[in-house]
Amino acid sequence: MGRKSFLSYAGWLSFLSFLAISTIGSLRYMFPRVLFEPPSKFKAGLPSDYVIGEVNEQYKDTQRIWIVREKEGFYALIAICTHLGCTPRWLAAENKFKCPCHGSGYYKNGINFEGPTPRPLERAQITLNDDGEIVIDKSIKFRYELGQWGQPGSFLKYTG
Amino acid sequence: MISPMEKFRKTEVYKSIFRHKYDDTPRNRALQIVDNVFLHLHPVRIARHATNIGYTWGMGGITFLLFLVLTLTGVILMFYYRPTAQYAYDDMKYLMHDVPFGPLIRNMHRWAAHAMVITVMLHMFRVFLTGSYKPPRQFNWVIGVVLLLLTFLLSFSGYLLPWDQLSIWAVTVGTNMARATPLLGSEGPFGPQLGMKPNADVRFVLLGGTQVGPPTLLRFYVGHCIFLPLIATIFMVVHFWRIRKDGGISGPETGKKNF
Repeated sequence: MGRKSFLSYAGWLSFLSFLAISTIGSLRYMFPRVLFEPPSKFKAGLPSDYVIGEVNEQYKDTQRIWIVREKEGFYALIAICTHLGCTPRWLAAENKFKCPCHGSGYYKNGINFEGPTPRPLERAQITLNDDGEIVIDKSIKFRYELGQWGQPGSFLKYTG
Repeated sequence: MISPMEKFRKTEVYKSIFRHKYDDTPRNRALQIVDNVFLHLHPVRIARHATNIGYTWGMGGITFLLFLVLTLTGVILMFYYRPTAQYAYDDMKYLMHDVPFGPLIRNMHRWAAHAMVITVMLHMFRVFLTGSYKPPRQFNWVIGVVLLLLTFLLSFSGYLLPWDQLSIWAVTVGTNMARATPLLGSEGPFGPQLGMKPNADVRFVLLGGTQVGPPTLLRFYVGHCIFLPLIATIFMVVHFWRIRKDGGISGPETGKKNF
């Protein structure tokens, strides 16, 4: 390879490397290291505050979470319809969740049974902290259709 | 055997994008330039003396390059900066500490701004020393002075945007000078006689109020990012066009021109 072609290759390589690194740098610039969004974890009181068999709507407006207590324990349903993201309603008289947007329907456990929704409601991680308070983390989600509803955190065993 | 590269160059896709070959004839050279939207803004040929940096210094071109750097870094900064009193300073801190490459972009912007003022002055100095303001180029000097003022205004308006102590007091002092303007200021000669008042003079227009506050910040931000750059672009277009029409960058006086 002669001097001219070497310099030509070197020149183009430098230019394209500069372009590539600039592109990567610009992309990285668009992802700040600190976000000022509300925390995904919140405390939801003591287990004794909840009635067995009831869907608790106390945190539906503020956190978009339903807390359901069964005989064996607790689970937290995320109040986002898995069709297109509206907030469903809990109809206690008919024992089902119903989405006002397109009529998607879910059983109390979150399984979908009617309407356009393709999959069940998602569950959020629900645990007990050292003070015995229920702690829900909305950033950790469990999907039934991926077999995740048996995993630790998807159901809080409590029979006390 | 035809190489893959040569085969690729014969495909319709390639030919639709790259419309001319690289034949080294004067006609093809000119055709490549004239047919490209970016390249055709340049002259097809320039005089030999145009590349004599010892004579021209290249400061006009460097100033324009800095303007482009400022525009690009400025746009990138706009992704994180909010021009309100509530957020401006904190957004600047956020850029400096929590955004990857944030300090690089902000510092490039600041350095380019300072450098542009210096290169503008060097450019003016060179134009003067080489007599490049002489007929028929006299009016272009005037346009250049307007560009100088626009550069200063861009610097001044940009200085307010961090909304720190330096910013606010610099603008306070600067706009207090504005109220002493003859005819247009409420404390200048003949101002009061023309009905200028603290809430109705040129200082009020600059500040959007009677003191430096949130309206000032927004006003200076719009001026800095939209209004002044647009005006500067228009004046630059005329400035460059006049140079082109007068035969390109000025060179030492010779018997004949080398093209």
